[in-house]
Amino acid sequence: MIAIETTSQAESAPPRPGPQPVESSPARGAIAVRNLDFFYGEHQVLFGNGLDIAPRKVTAIIGPSGCGKSTHIRVYNRIYELYRDQRCTGEVLLDGQNLLAPTVDLIELRRRIGMIFQTPTPFPMSVFDNVAYGLRLHYTMPRSELADRVKTALEDAALWDEVRDKLHHSGIELSGGQQQRLCIARALAVEPEVLLMDEPTSAVDPVGTAKIEELVRRLKERLTIVIVTHNMQQAARISDFTAFFLDGRIVEFGDTTELFTNPVDRKTEDYITGRFG
Amino acid sequence: MSLENTSRRNTGDVLFHGAAVLAAALVLLLIAGIFTDLVRHSWLSITTFGPRFLWSGAWNPVTGEFGAASSLYGTFATTIIALVVAVPLSLLIALFLVEIAHPRLAGPVSGAIEILAAIPSIIYGMWGLFVFAPYLADHVQPALEALFGGIPWAGALFSGPPMGIGILPAGLILALMVLPFTTAVMRDVFGLVPRVLKESAAGMGSTTWEVFRNVMIPYGRKGLVGGIFLGLSRAIGETMAVTFVIGNDHRIAASLFASGNTIASTLANEFTEASDPLYLSALVELGLVLFVVTFLFQVAGHLWLRRLRGGAGGGR
Repeated sequence: MIAIETTSQAESAPPRPGPQPVESSPARGAIAVRNLDFFYGEHQVLFGNGLDIAPRKVTAIIGPSGCGKSTHIRVYNRIYELYRDQRCTGEVLLDGQNLLAPTVDLIELRRRIGMIFQTPTPFPMSVFDNVAYGLRLHYTMPRSELADRVKTALEDAALWDEVRDKLHHSGIELSGGQQQRLCIARALAVEPEVLLMDEPTSAVDPVGTAKIEELVRRLKERLTIVIVTHNMQQAARISDFTAFFLDGRIVEFGDTTELFTNPVDRKTEDYITGRFG
Repeated sequence: MSLENTSRRNTGDVLFHGAAVLAAALVLLLIAGIFTDLVRHSWLSITTFGPRFLWSGAWNPVTGEFGAASSLYGTFATTIIALVVAVPLSLLIALFLVEIAHPRLAGPVSGAIEILAAIPSIIYGMWGLFVFAPYLADHVQPALEALFGGIPWAGALFSGPPMGIGILPAGLILALMVLPFTTAVMRDVFGLVPRVLKESAAGMGSTTWEVFRNVMIPYGRKGLVGGIFLGLSRAIGETMAVTFVIGNDHRIAASLFASGNTIASTLANEFTEASDPLYLSALVELGLVLFVVTFLFQVAGHLWLRRLRGGAGGGR
């Protein structure tokens, strides 16, 4: 297990080799949420969330708008800390290590837990530079290796064939679906253990959505995926486990097929049968 | 009911349309009028000196020899100093205001910067002459000389008696005057960077500085260039403050400590003294040169923006 504690080398780090394959340890990328409360200022939006996210599976988080789905996963990579009025209490354990501890190195944490957003976020630079972004940030490597890893990441994101001739065009020139896969390639390039996806297809057309869903199904062989979606069909199609959120609480969590066919809680049943939301 | 235009709407529209076209035409007329007037009044000088006016360093009202070289040099030198100092500072202030400062602090700091922009330039000039110049002469210039003096090429730039007035002090005063404008534009530009883009960059493991350098600056570069050109056009024509601190000397010295002049400061200083028609005409031609230079910078700025839009890096 690689520690994510802050080390003193953060400032003047010696050149580090590129990411190593992670085949050896099958259990990496397990997340355990314990007693998580979240606040916007004085306003509490998450209440005692507890969740066990299995490694190398797809876990979907569903629920009506404003129920705290996105807020919940924004704790995992501590991106909420960009905003000074947001705070949380509780524990989120990544392979047993509490990532909310103040000693955690945020930069290494965010390498290990990637995030995809509701709207595609290509950086204002070329396709190649977009994918190389994290590699350049976290590692020092020869140009040839960089190029290889960019190519691999684009292949992993099922985008290589579409952009191989325009690697040096702006990422912003791609279509919406391509942009989103570019962001996925950018996240994959640094070999994260977990990929958080916050409604990744909400701004993508149906064809692009199908491609991204197919990608998610393939990617879970190598990393843990947590996907927030307002689309229950999507959750049913691609996830192994589903958590149903309502008003900041986790109402029900379990095997996706089980939850959709045989919900335990009445509120879950009402939601998935379309009685509200 | 007929579908014909009612006469009321028709006349109203025609009037409004006409007024808008007239107002717009007025701008073009003004520019054309200023240009032709400048040419007309400098015609004597243009025909007397020809193109050599641009590179001749002579400025002698007694012998009737005039050239724009020293004024042009001073104008560019002070403008470059102003931008070299003001642009990085503005970027950092804008970053601070948008990304780092608590909103309760960002408000007052923003306000203070806008007040800087509202201070009349004569105040900057007086402050520059009576407060800033002595301070420069006593502390900054000796330090610069000690720092760069030994370096072969740069040493010459920072040599000579530290008088506190000259090209460098004028450039620094200009930097102060340009700062609020460039900062305000850059603050607005950075404020337009989508939140999700910044989150995404931070989510890749970027520090605040890396988000700023790698994503916010490239995203906003079009606006940033606009801000820099706004500063540039302000610096290039600024008159009063520069006249106070530049020393008003028609020469091109290697040292930035030496006094010099700019086109604007020369005009401000000498118009009242110019009794001779050729002298007056030469001054007007200086004004024409400034007009053309400013125009060329505007065109260059637009072309550069167009190139940025079409370029491979392509921001929005």
